[in-house]
Amino acid sequence: MDDLLREFLTETNESLDTVDNQLVRFEQDPNNAKILDNIFRLVHTIKGTCGFLGLPRLEALAHAAETLMGKFRDGMPVTGEAVTLILTTIDRIKEILGRLEATESEPEGIDEDLIGELHHMVEKGMESMNTPAPSIVPAAVESAPLVVPTLERELRPGEVSLDELERAFQETEIEVAAPVAAAPAPAVVAVVEKVAPKPAPKKSVVEIETPEGDKVANQSIRVNVDTLEHMMTMVSELVLTRNQLLEISRRHEDTEFKVPLQRLSTVTAELQDGVMKTRMQPIGNAWQKLPRIVRDLAGELGKQIELEMHGADTELDRQVLDLIKDPLTHMVRNSADHGLETPAERVKSGKPEQGTIRLSAYHEGGHILICIADNGRGLNTDRIRAKAISNGLASEADIEKMTEAQIHKFIFAPGFSTAAAITSVSGRGVGMDVVRTNIDQIGGTIDVKSVSGEGSSVTIKIPLTLAIVSALIVEAGGDRFAVPQLAVVELVRARANSEHRIERIKDTPVLRLRNKLLPLMHLKKLLKIDDGSSTDPENGFIIVTQVGNQTFGIVVDGVFHTEEIVVKPMSTKLRHIGMFSGNTILGDGAVIMIIDPNGIAQELGAAASSQHEIAEENAAARAMAAEQLTSLLVFRAGSAQPKAVPLGLVTRLEEISVDKVELSNGRYMVQYRDQLMPLVQMENVTVRTSGTQPILVFADDGRSMGLVVDEIVDIVEERLHIEVASGREGILGSAVIKGLATEVIDVGHFLPMAFADWFSRKEMRVSATAQSILLVDDSAFFRNMLSPVLKAAGYKVRVATNAQEGLVVLRSGQEFDAILTDIEMPDMNGFEFAETIRADAKLSHTPIIALSSMISPAAIERGRLAGFHDYVAKFDRPGLIAALKEQTTEIHQAA
Amino acid sequence: MTTKTHSADGAITEFVTTMIGGQLFGMPISRVQDVFMPERLTRVPLSSSDVAGVLNLRGRIVTAIDMRSRLGLPKNDDGKPPMAVGVDLRGESYGLLIDSIGEVLKLADDSREVNPVNLDPRMAKMAAGVHRLEGQLMVVLDVDKILEISPDKLAA
Repeated sequence: MDDLLREFLTETNESLDTVDNQLVRFEQDPNNAKILDNIFRLVHTIKGTCGFLGLPRLEALAHAAETLMGKFRDGMPVTGEAVTLILTTIDRIKEILGRLEATESEPEGIDEDLIGELHHMVEKGMESMNTPAPSIVPAAVESAPLVVPTLERELRPGEVSLDELERAFQETEIEVAAPVAAAPAPAVVAVVEKVAPKPAPKKSVVEIETPEGDKVANQSIRVNVDTLEHMMTMVSELVLTRNQLLEISRRHEDTEFKVPLQRLSTVTAELQDGVMKTRMQPIGNAWQKLPRIVRDLAGELGKQIELEMHGADTELDRQVLDLIKDPLTHMVRNSADHGLETPAERVKSGKPEQGTIRLSAYHEGGHILICIADNGRGLNTDRIRAKAISNGLASEADIEKMTEAQIHKFIFAPGFSTAAAITSVSGRGVGMDVVRTNIDQIGGTIDVKSVSGEGSSVTIKIPLTLAIVSALIVEAGGDRFAVPQLAVVELVRARANSEHRIERIKDTPVLRLRNKLLPLMHLKKLLKIDDGSSTDPENGFIIVTQVGNQTFGIVVDGVFHTEEIVVKPMSTKLRHIGMFSGNTILGDGAVIMIIDPNGIAQELGAAASSQHEIAEENAAARAMAAEQLTSLLVFRAGSAQPKAVPLGLVTRLEEISVDKVELSNGRYMVQYRDQLMPLVQMENVTVRTSGTQPILVFADDGRSMGLVVDEIVDIVEERLHIEVASGREGILGSAVIKGLATEVIDVGHFLPMAFADWFSRKEMRVSATAQSILLVDDSAFFRNMLSPVLKAAGYKVRVATNAQEGLVVLRSGQEFDAILTDIEMPDMNGFEFAETIRADAKLSHTPIIALSSMISPAAIERGRLAGFHDYVAKFDRPGLIAALKEQTTEIHQAA
Repeated sequence: MTTKTHSADGAITEFVTTMIGGQLFGMPISRVQDVFMPERLTRVPLSSSDVAGVLNLRGRIVTAIDMRSRLGLPKNDDGKPPMAVGVDLRGESYGLLIDSIGEVLKLADDSREVNPVNLDPRMAKMAAGVHRLEGQLMVVLDVDKILEISPDKLAA
């Protein structure tokens, strides 16, 4: 049997049992809106699932029942007969399910009788809101449940009971009699004929293979997670005891316990493994149904929808998985129904006809993040605003003050749906609040981001409360802590006299790692457990951590080992501490805290705004980013106005004691790493006469030069947008950095001041064989920055300010050994440029290297398809040179 | 919350008695899960000063509450290791650190008196009356109130 079907049967049977119970309770307590909501959701889910599995008969029944219950929600009086009718419907559903299980297909038949009755009940209820209908029906309908069980053994139970019900309704409900009596009667006969031969041969098989007890519903058992949790605890306890025993046996040589202990040890390990396995499932299990759902929805809604799924193998705790299954389905349906536009609308707004729903799951900083994103129209802020006011969720004055993001959050309020028309796909207002309830239950958070016209994305963040993670055990301030290994990029040992040492910019510790400066945080300072024992400020273990696109180093006193830990939630009394995501019991029985890298990142304070993130996500998807963040070193030199230089160009920051500065041949020099390094002063900067002198070191090919500055201010991440070009030498222009007008300096201007031949020497050396490069970039800044770099590396450079100009140059007959091009350019972007070149027979052999500040796997893949040979980050000078060398030599060898 | 046995002269509550900072306290026995020696207490950085730390008790993580700090009493300086009274609140386990454990007393509810008005306000918040025993007074502790630790009260 199909896995999907099997799962559906197990689940639905369970749901239906709950509905039965709840309905009975509801009948007794008709004013309890909570019970009604529960039933409503269950039936809604059943209806939805049936629709996806292509079970029209079940779907129609559930839909009719749901409509009736919807009326209850709207205030229709709850009568006994109405509840009985719903119960009868549920019995009918169960009956169909039973046969579905036996035959693997939905039995044919017509349920117009019940559906008609349900509709009628709705109408009647509406008419007699004040005078509940006299309960004539129960007597007749009550017989139905009695009929159903006896019929189950027979071959054609459905049809018979149908007939009887029919008659019952005809007798009691005069109004329905005329239309219904005529129509279904022949249909029933037809059905009997059709169905009869089908199950007959099957049945014999069924009886042999699957006797009574071996029904699908019984093949898997559902175990309460509490039971598993308890087992887990016991296993942990067993592991601890075993460890103690092993410890004892180690002290006593040659005991007869050795062998059985060994056995105990293996068995325990296996048991632990097994118990853990019972709880973990890949998230793909919850996604299984989605492709089909999306396909069906696409057909139903007349839209073209593509479903992308990333990270299906991300493992999740079973309980968590169960709870997010329904929310995920709801959200995908929402995206398809409300989010994505029709093909016509999409074309009108300049998008491809096919809309995309992107589903991704990944671990990030000790959390599991699930993201459902679509590139549709985005949330309709105005409509949400209006609906929030009309539902009384907020006053008009309040809403005025809210940001778009705050308004978007209203979609999580109960009963909130902005769909103008109720469709069978979504729009009954049970969607997002169910989602939210489920996520809340597991202590997760849910966030929605939307950019009008660009799409929307919902991100669910589930803490690893129950998950098992691999963690690095570290020490800080005398205590041990666990750092989830998923967040750890690498470990660096910093020592005073080694290449890696902790340096300071004013009081901020930083680490220089492969020509990048990494901000550092001392764990014990963050946790305020500094025991005062002064550790060498230049020494320490640095855990290089990545959260989102932020990279930073956490300094700890010691690193022990890695261990698989079971994350236990923090006590409610300690949950407010953002630095910890939970705690765990180590193998030796001690409890330790699990560091939340997100908490530390927040402490570093640089949470990108949601607007920016979504822009980035969409950019990654379409590989068209507008402006990217650049790390800039901000300093002061010569004037009060701050100056900046891209951090990627700076090799080192130094503070040299002034007495080491020598004056030679009218120029300042300093002995630096066994070489004389010339110091270059900017305008109005004087070398200090006492104390230390901060300098920026630029190095290339064994030569260094120091740029004398007054003060190093900060390192910032900013969009580098040079607004005012400068006429002054050495200044590229001005940009606004952290709200201040800042001059961006032109490193290319200062390098020759140190060594007149900085750019020319290598050119001279290799001029005979100099290779030529075409550099295409729309940004003057990058052209100015990169051409000296390339010249310094011995290449002849021709620049073009846009793709069209580049094509003109290429087609003019000039030959180039390689083409370097920016990706994000107006009119024709780098991808299109590359495709054009590839299409040109004369040019197709020239290697093309993409230069981008945006490096993502998707972008690289896109680049590969477009015909790029390599993809290099803009500020990665060594990487660029290496890529150039590789591409140009390959060509030469080939030629 | 408390187990009440009706005898001839009214309801009776059983109390586990504890000594904290030289004062006798009683907790309703129905709320006490067990009594244990806290071992390998792990301090929790950035937590309230009333939280002594967390520890592993048979595979459960128990939050230990420093009762002396909670009641506004001075720190223990006699060097004796503390005892812990295990209590549960909404599915979570807590260990209340005390100096020593005493006997179990059955006391009639009607002999309980209201808190004296001049009782230390920190203690008064958690006290649910006083029993006069022979030679000393026993302050009845309200376990739920003890565990109302506001997260804002961060350690300095």
